[in-house]
Amino acid sequence: MSGYDRALSVFSPDGHVFQVEYAMEAVKRGENIRHPYHADGTCAVGVKGKNIVVLGCEKRSALKLQDTRITPSKIANVDEHVCLAFAGLNADARILIDKARLEAQSHRLTVEDPVTIEYITKYIAGVQQRYTQSGGVRPFGISTLVVGFDKNDSTPRLYQTEPSGIYSAWKANAIGRSSKTVREFLERNHQDDMDREQTIQLTIKSLLEVVQTGAKNIEVAIMTPGNRVEMLPDDQIEAYVKSIETEKQEEAAKKKTSRTGAATAAILTRPGGGETAE
Amino acid sequence: MLQREVLLGITGKDFVIVAASKAIMRGPTIIKAQDDKTRQLNRHTMMAFSGEAGDTVQFAEFIQANVQLYSMRNDSELSPSAVANFVRGELASSLRSRSPYTVNLLLGGMDPHTQQPHLYWIDYLASLARVPYAAHGYYCLSLLDKHHNPEIDLAQGMKLLEMCTDELKRRLPIDYKGVLVKIITKDGVKEADFDNDKIVRSA
Repeated sequence: MSGYDRALSVFSPDGHVFQVEYAMEAVKRGENIRHPYHADGTCAVGVKGKNIVVLGCEKRSALKLQDTRITPSKIANVDEHVCLAFAGLNADARILIDKARLEAQSHRLTVEDPVTIEYITKYIAGVQQRYTQSGGVRPFGISTLVVGFDKNDSTPRLYQTEPSGIYSAWKANAIGRSSKTVREFLERNHQDDMDREQTIQLTIKSLLEVVQTGAKNIEVAIMTPGNRVEMLPDDQIEAYVKSIETEKQEEAAKKKTSRTGAATAAILTRPGGGETAE
Repeated sequence: MLQREVLLGITGKDFVIVAASKAIMRGPTIIKAQDDKTRQLNRHTMMAFSGEAGDTVQFAEFIQANVQLYSMRNDSELSPSAVANFVRGELASSLRSRSPYTVNLLLGGMDPHTQQPHLYWIDYLASLARVPYAAHGYYCLSLLDKHHNPEIDLAQGMKLLEMCTDELKRRLPIDYKGVLVKIITKDGVKEADFDNDKIVRSA
C-alpha cells in the first residue's frame, strides 16, 4: 500500500483518488458470492429504440435454496416514469435509490412537476460525487443506468452514472461485469429508431453474449411514453431467448455448410449450448 | 365563523362518491369558482379538503407526496385505512406543534384487496372515523341519515348527492358555485358529470 489510498479524499502524487478507482473496480468485478460485501458481478444493459427504452439485467446467481422470485431485483423504480438498473454493491444501491426516490417526490411537491430523467440522473451523480469528497465516508460502489421519458415527451432517455459522479447520455450501454464485451456488441448492432420488438431483441441478445444460463437469469424492464414500467414476463423472455438461439444455430450451420458442403448436415440437429442449462 | 365550504362523501355497495364545493372565498368575495379541493393519493384513494386557505393544499400535497413515496419505496400501495391513519397521525402531531394545520378532510378509497369502499371523516383536531356517509358543512347529515343505506348502487348514490346539493342551495346563504364530484371504484378515481346548474327554489 502506498498510503494514498487510506483517506479517501486525498490525491496520490500522480493525481489518482484511489478509493474512487477501487469503487469502479467493485462495479466491474464479480466477487465471490459469499463475500460479506459482495459485488454480485452481474451485467445491466440499457437500449433506446424509437419510442421505447429497455433495461436488461443479469440476475445475480442464486444459491440452491434462495427464493429468486422474492429476492429484490436490480431494476428499481425511482418514480412512475423513471426506472433504474445498477451494477455493483447491492447494499449501496439501496441507499442511493432511496435518496433518488425521495428527491423525485420532493421535486413533485416543490415544483408540481415530475423530475426529468436528466435532472434525477444529475442528482444521483451528485450524491455519488459528494461521497468521493467528504470525510468519513466511502464512495458508492455502483454504476447506474437511468431510463425513462420526460413528462409530455416521447423521446427516450438513457443515462449512466459512475461512482466518481460522472454522468453521461447513451443510445445503448452496458455496465457491470463484462460490460466491455456487451458494449462492443451493442456498438456493432445498434441502429437508430428501432421498434419495440427490435429493441427488446437487441437487449436480450446483447445480454446473452455474457449470460451463460439463459432465460431464467435475465430480467427485462420496458419503458414507453406516459406509461409505468412493464416487466417482461418470464415466458416471453424465454421465447426471445429461444428464437435468438435458433437464429444463432442457423447462422452457425449456414457458415459450416457453405464451407464444407452438405457433409455436415447432422450439425443442424445438435442442441444448442445455451439450452442445456434448463 | 361560518364555514362556507362543502365536502360530502357517500359510500355504496362498490363505490365512494366525494364531492367538494368549487368556490374559493375571501371575506364576501368569490375569488375562484372552479377550484378542485381534492387530491388523488394513489390509484384508488383520494382526499377532499377544506379549512384555512394555504394550509389545505400544503397539507394535502404533503400527504400525497408521502403516500406516493411509500409506494415507490415498497413497491406496493397503501390501503385507504393505512392512509387514513397516517393522515391522522400527521394531523395529531401538527395539532401539538407551534403552527398546526387547520384542515378538515374526507378521505375516500376502495381497498384493493377486499374491494370494500372506505370513507373516513377527519377534522383538524385529528379525529378519525370510518363512516358510511360524511359531511364537513351544513344541513346534509339528516338527509343522508334518512335516505342512505350501505347497499345502494351508484345511480342511487348520485341521487342522494343531488338531494344534498339541493338542500344546500335552498339553505346556504351563499353560492358555493356547485360541487366537483369524484367517484372511486375498483377501477380508480374518476371525475363525474354533475348538473350544478339546476335551479332550486327556497322553501
